[in-house]
Amino acid sequence: MSAHNDAMNTTNPEHAEHHILGPGTYTTIYVTLLILTGITVGAAFIPMGVLNPIVALAIASVKAVVVMLWFMHVKYQSRLIKMTVGAGFFTFFVLIMMTMSDYISRAWGQW
Amino acid sequence: MANAIATAHEHDAHHAHDEHVVLPQHLHHFETEEQQREAGTFGMWLFLLTEIMFFGGMFFAYLLYRNWYNPAFVAASNQLSVKLGAINTAILITSGYAMALGVYAAEVRKKQMLVWTLIATTIFGFAFLGVKTVEYKEKFEKHHVPGASFDVKEFVNPAAFGLKEEPLAPDMAQKTQIFFVLYFAMTGMHALHMIIGLALLFWLIYRANRGDFSSGYVAPIENFGLYWHFVDIVWIFLFPLLYLINKHVG
Repeated sequence: MSAHNDAMNTTNPEHAEHHILGPGTYTTIYVTLLILTGITVGAAFIPMGVLNPIVALAIASVKAVVVMLWFMHVKYQSRLIKMTVGAGFFTFFVLIMMTMSDYISRAWGQW
Repeated sequence: MANAIATAHEHDAHHAHDEHVVLPQHLHHFETEEQQREAGTFGMWLFLLTEIMFFGGMFFAYLLYRNWYNPAFVAASNQLSVKLGAINTAILITSGYAMALGVYAAEVRKKQMLVWTLIATTIFGFAFLGVKTVEYKEKFEKHHVPGASFDVKEFVNPAAFGLKEEPLAPDMAQKTQIFFVLYFAMTGMHALHMIIGLALLFWLIYRANRGDFSSGYVAPIENFGLYWHFVDIVWIFLFPLLYLINKHVG
């Protein structure tokens, strides 16, 4: 993960080498996000039944991950930062699942 | 070596292990600039995680009520303009792109580029809020703002307004208010985050123009970038959830 030609990393081996992304990478990401936005709008007008919201959320999730990995540099951060981001979304997912299962199961069998 | 410490500190090659780095922005309780940078990024992400939980509560309420009152959500969602929503998504992504270039400009110490990318970020941010204003105004005119002046007439008798919707029963039509409550709460909180971000941008442009961020001190630009991209991500989810619920039916 870290380059070992950097003297600083011998004392702090956990720290990722600082990585500067260039305008070329950002432009690629920008165009990708615009294309995905177009696909989201297009997909919304195609009748797919229950798959419509799933496809919409899947594309939105891909866009969010792309923004986080490159625009927010998570791809080039240390393991500490990656774990922090991952743990946050995991906790959010757990909270949603637990609350939703409570709401769904309260009136179980009564509908 | 691309490290900011090494380029700024002429004695670095001899004292990499035992010498304290003396860049003005380097605080003494950090061993290295890398460590300081990571600590700052870590703190910023912890803040953003609390923001995820904050917006998450509203996203959960949306998920639940959409399942309970789906016909009302479909009819109410079709009142939003997909065109304006899509344009705004593109505007916000462009603003994020300008911000990303700004982070690059600060890292390679290009002062003019940094100032101009921050100005572009600001302009697109205001453009987003401008479009949002047009959308809000239409909701007030159509009495689609929840509360005393809310009117369900377009939902119980859509044919009279030239809409091709299925008419809703009066009790279900009232539930469209829940959609609009969530619409205003979520886009409103998102817009508030944009307004706070724009205020910070004015301050950052002033400081960038003074040259504060073009000598290796990029933390404020980097962390503001994280905030701005987070606001982007919230909108990336809001757009399909609010605007594109059931376009293939209506």
